[in-house]
Formats: sequence, structure tokens, C-alpha cells
Amino acid sequence: MEEKVLMKGNEALAEGAIRAGCRHYFGYPITPQTEIAAYMSRRMPHVGGIFLQAESEIAAVNMVLGAASAGVRAMTSSSSPGISLKSEGISYLAGSDLPCVIVNIQRAGPGLGGIQPSQADYYLATKSPGHGDLHMLVFAPSTVQEMADLISHAFNKADEYRVPAMILGDGMLGQMMEPVILPAEREVKTSKPWAANGHQNKRPHNIINSLFLEADILENRILDRYKRYAVIEHNETRAENFMTDDAKILIIAYGASARIAKSALTAARKEGIAAGLLRPITLWPFPVKEINAAAENARDILTVELSMGQMVTDVKLAVQGRRPVHFFGRTGGMMPTPEDVLEEIRKIERNGSI
Amino acid sequence: MKVVYEKTSALTDQTLSYCPGCTHGVIHKLIGETLVELDVLGRTVGIAPVGCSVLAYNFFNVDMVQAPHGRGPAVATGLARSLPDGVIFTYQGDGDLAAIGTAETVHAAARGENIVIIFINNAIYGMTGGQMAPTTMPGQMTQTSPYGRDTATAGYPVRVCEMLATLDGVAYAERVAANTVPNIRRAKAAIKRAFENQVARRGFSIVEVLAICPTNWGMTPIDSISWLTEHMIPYYPLGVYKDKHAENTGGGGV
Repeated sequence: MEEKVLMKGNEALAEGAIRAGCRHYFGYPITPQTEIAAYMSRRMPHVGGIFLQAESEIAAVNMVLGAASAGVRAMTSSSSPGISLKSEGISYLAGSDLPCVIVNIQRAGPGLGGIQPSQADYYLATKSPGHGDLHMLVFAPSTVQEMADLISHAFNKADEYRVPAMILGDGMLGQMMEPVILPAEREVKTSKPWAANGHQNKRPHNIINSLFLEADILENRILDRYKRYAVIEHNETRAENFMTDDAKILIIAYGASARIAKSALTAARKEGIAAGLLRPITLWPFPVKEINAAAENARDILTVELSMGQMVTDVKLAVQGRRPVHFFGRTGGMMPTPEDVLEEIRKIERNGSI
Repeated sequence: MKVVYEKTSALTDQTLSYCPGCTHGVIHKLIGETLVELDVLGRTVGIAPVGCSVLAYNFFNVDMVQAPHGRGPAVATGLARSLPDGVIFTYQGDGDLAAIGTAETVHAAARGENIVIIFINNAIYGMTGGQMAPTTMPGQMTQTSPYGRDTATAGYPVRVCEMLATLDGVAYAERVAANTVPNIRRAKAAIKRAFENQVARRGFSIVEVLAICPTNWGMTPIDSISWLTEHMIPYYPLGVYKDKHAENTGGGGV
């Protein structure tokens, strides 16, 4: 049954996962995502699920690997430094074609960095989640509602394509409270004939494995996986258009910075500046088509991020020089105000394209 | 003709990838026979490590998962928590279990995970060509201790069963050796005891098997057996370090 409640983003995500049929959570405490683990530790015993506090992020992601091998919906969550530790496991999950969900509620880096919100793990999530040729699905919620909704979508798509999926949030989304309509609990029936769950003497033994010592065999495995990736890139991009129809200045931002950008461009509109926002909801696959469509009538593009500029490289690759791409960002956990972004919009409006 | 011996149905027809004289094959057989005797082949999931026995997933006729180096006990935890009727075991070498996977091993044991660990201690890294392991003996020469393991700089070997026996989550810990026929029979009994524990849901069981590595020790198989007997067993005494559910033994002990 659907219900409307006021929740923290982290808790909405956790409840969304349970309602998506996840009964196996493995985690390790780290700010600012610990509410997910705390929520799971309260709820899982009441729904017949497993909450396990692992000895490390490395162990947690490998417990996910074991559970995913058995064919159940499993997840782990962490924040930036912990995601670095999970890289090994993510690479094995991808190489073993195992579906699961990994949540990164980003904080500032590098190193121990800080505990304030950040979007500086964009490259880590979309370009190099682990060693080897691989991708994982990356979803970027921008509201508490999306924290609850996208986790369910992530589990579905991970199962559909047999790939790991990441929810790339940030400390602001994790900590803030908003009203959220919790989805009704859905029964999940995904056939996983490949799972290592005991052959019951009825079929040949299943092997979950990422090792292929013959180079030609390994290459073929990777080529097959990239065919699946191509289908994902074709079918699974998602983005939100906000006032893009007549926008001369097109802002591209995701997650927390998209919220700030929306406030800024609404103010810009009041000043007569035609600004709009294209908000990627999937970061991999990256919404290239959607960006180009929105950029069709735009004069300039402004990318806003809580980083020194990471997604901006994908925006530039998407438009391939057809539009000037500007960048505005704060980092280290600093949040730009809508006024800061508005000032950038005004500057672009004044100076025009060069 | 009367059949007097058959390969266990728990092993596939894959040719083993192990060197001549290696004891992995013997230990695989003991595990396989146990799984058949307990009639649990259909609900067993095994976990292959990184190391010489990485290809174990091809050898056991049960569902298998290949784990990242050292993470076998964490992968086993995920499987055991997902398959309530499952029989879950890891097969790990000394580098995998006692170096890179120490945390995963200790905490799976502390949680009393309902899994079996078969721990192969041959005092060396085999697959990478014979480097110093956490269990390499003092003075033992390897590729990365070419002048012999110097305890002043490289520290001391880790005694895994003794360490894990201190944890309340451990149901059973025994060290055996694959050096003589009587000892191999004792190894079989220990492996069977460990899997019986798991079927009965008694928690964490580990069997450490002292094994040989003729190739990387640079000895004949026969000399290797002697070296294990003379050098390893005195440092790694055989016996039951813990058996929580043993009758009339007060919980075991060497």
C-alpha cells in the first residue's frame, strides 16, 4: 500500500529497498550514510530479512557478492572513502555478471576529506568503478522521493541486465527530510537460473566466476558484456527537462546541485533570462541524446557540480563542440547558493558566447 | 569385473591443474567423499580462493563461486545468509586466509557463521611462484625470503587454529596433515566432522590441513613429506583446538 510520510533521504532509500524486495543488507558505518544501516537494522528483523554489520566495506561488498551469487536481491551502502574500498568487489561483481545495488552517499574527498556533501565521485562511479573494462548502472536521485523510487528501479534494471547498479546520492540528499510517497511493496519474481544456490542434483553445477586465463575467451566475455552495455545505453538513459524548451542558457546538473540550479534559473527567468535545466537521472548511461535535444536551441551550456568539474567532461563529449560549455562548481563540501549560480547565469547572459 | 574403487561423484572429470606430488588433489577427494557420504551435494555451494586452487570451481561437482583474494569467508557469509538450507564451504590457502583475508576469517569466525573453512597451509604462496607466506617457517627460503625468513624483519608464522580457537563463535577447529596415510584418514574424519557441524547448524568450523608444495619448496614429493613432518608439525601441532559440541571432552583442546 502506498503511504505519504516525512522521512530523511537515507531512510526513504532504505525503506524503498525493502519494498523492492531487498532482504539482504550488508554495511559498515560511515557518515553521512549511517542512517541506512541503522534503518535496516531496525526493519530487517520485522520483514524476515538479514541485516549484517560487516567488519569492513570490503567484507560488506563481498557479502553482497555471495548473496547475489545465491540469487537474492542484496545491497550495501557507504560514503566516498568506503566506496574506494568497495572498488575491488564492484569489479568482481561486474566481471561475474552479478546484479546488486551499491549506494554511495557522497562526502568530500580526497582521503578522509570531510563529511559535507560532494559530487566528486562522479568519475569513480561512471568511469572507473573498479579495475578492468566495465560499467555499472549509475542513478542520481535529486529528491527524497527519488531516493525511494530509484532504488527499486536500480534493483529491477540490475536484475534485467545482470549488472551491478549504483545509487549516487550525496550527504545533502541523505540527511534532508521531505515528504515522500512510499511505493507499495512489490513481489519480485526474477528467474535466475544461473545462481549458485545448490543444483539439487537436477542440473549441471553453476559457476560464478570472473577468471578466464585464455585471453581470447576473456575478450569474448567482455565483448558480450559490452553488447549488453550497448543495449543499456540505447534503452535506459533518463533525464528531467525543466524549462528547456525555450532555454538559451542550458544548465546541466544532477542530484543536490540540480536543486540549487532550479532555484537559480527560476530567479533568472524573473530577470528575463531564458534559462533551463537538463537533469541527468542516469549518469551511466549518460543522457547524450537528451542533452543534445535540449541544447538544440540553447546558446550556452553551464554545468554545475559539487566538484572541480567531472561530469562537465561528459557534457563536452556529448555536444562535441557545438555549444560552449561553461562550468561552475564548489568542492570540499562547500555548497553554492542559488545566488552564486544566478550570478554565473547572469555573467554568461552578459558576455554571450565567445 | 568387480569395482573396488571409484572416483567420488563430487568431483568432475576435469583434469586437475595441480603439480605432480601436490596434496590439493588428495584433500579435494576427502571433501568430495564427505559431501557424498552426507548426501549434501545438491545443496552445497563451494567458494574457490585466489591461489593454486582458484580453479577448484571446475573440479567440484557442486555450485561454485570464485571469490576475490582473501574474501572467501565474506562471500560465504553472503551465501549462508541467503540459503538457509545451504551447505557452504570455502577452500583457502595460507596467503588467502591468513594474510590478505585475515579480517574476513576472524570476523566470520567471531560471528559464528554457519560455514566450513578448509584451510590449506603449505607455508608458501604457490601460484605466484613461491613467495613468503604468513605461515612460512622461520629460516625457510622462498623467492621473497631468499636468505631464509628472518623473524627480526619478517616476523613469525601465524598459528591460525590456535588464534581462532579463542573466539566464542567457533564451533570446531582442528589441524590435520596430509603427510601419511593415518594422518590423511584423520584429515577425512576432521573434514567430515566440520561438515556434520554445518548440517546440524552448529556454527563456524575450520579444518587446517598441513600440505606440501614440492614445486616451490624445490624438493621431491617424498622429501617434501619429510620436511612437513620434521619442520611444520613441531611448529603447527596437530589436534583438535576446539570442539564445542564434542561429547565428554569439555570442549576439546590439544
